[in-house]
Amino acid sequence: MTRESEGIQQVADAGPRVLAVSSSGGHWEQLMLLRDSFDGCDVQYAATLAGLGERSGVGATHIVPDFNATRPFRTMMGLLGVARVVWAARPNVVISTGAAPGLIALVVGKVLGARTIWIDSVANVERLSLSGRIAGRIADLWLTQWRHLARPAGPVYHGAVL
Amino acid sequence: MILATVGTQLPFPRLIRALDDLAPSLGRVVAQIGDNPETPRHLEHHRAMEPRAFDELFRQADRVVAHAGIGTLLAAKKHHKPIIIFPRRAAMGEHRNDHQLATAKQLESHAGVYVAYDEQELERLLRLPDLTPPDDTPGMSLRDLQGAIREFIVS
Repeated sequence: MTRESEGIQQVADAGPRVLAVSSSGGHWEQLMLLRDSFDGCDVQYAATLAGLGERSGVGATHIVPDFNATRPFRTMMGLLGVARVVWAARPNVVISTGAAPGLIALVVGKVLGARTIWIDSVANVERLSLSGRIAGRIADLWLTQWRHLARPAGPVYHGAVL
Repeated sequence: MILATVGTQLPFPRLIRALDDLAPSLGRVVAQIGDNPETPRHLEHHRAMEPRAFDELFRQADRVVAHAGIGTLLAAKKHHKPIIIFPRRAAMGEHRNDHQLATAKQLESHAGVYVAYDEQELERLLRLPDLTPPDDTPGMSLRDLQGAIREFIVS
């Protein structure tokens, strides 16, 4: 775990422990637009870039490595990095707006008994991202932000950050 | 001031050329042009911009012109600035497919979002005296999504 994550305080006796994971950029912006959803929860954030949490006023975040499927070694190391953060956070719920590190966080969370939420990025207008399609196999709540991409077997549409 | 941006991933020469041609008659136009193959003659331009500098330009702008990138759209909403979207076209080699066209069509009904499908519409929208800014209160759609997530978490 990185130094940033050591400063994160655990609040006892709060609501469900939520771990919210996202890559930097648009994924993070979307997660921040959704943060009111976690009111009353014991929420911890994890991002791929240091300083994002402070800039957005949610305090320090866990740092997870950034990776995508094109670089196998980085992906392997990334998997380990994400697993350590999820393990340390012990969440009841893992939520991600993407991308690949968020998907891995959902997988690890699932294995550790957490319930999982995937919100596919609003940037995916024509089809879900690859991560989003894979997330459909494990997410307990699988969301698209475009009505026309919703299907009876999921993903479901309940609105968008727009 | 008009702020134009093409994002960081791909250049968008058709938009930059159109803006460069119009710039002398539009007042101040600042453009983030990315890896544009041509150097604009009239536009005040930057290849890339530090997030802070970019934020500052966003604050100063009275309208924003951009490709149909979601990041820029969200920033326009955050800063409460009218945005004119000029979607990239696959047929002109501007993107690998026409998803920006699909995005633009979906966004057309949103307050504060204007779509120009060609250079004529772009010019018309740039010259319109008053454009409505997007709503800065959370929309119904966002509240619905937050509600669905919340309900799931506490259930």
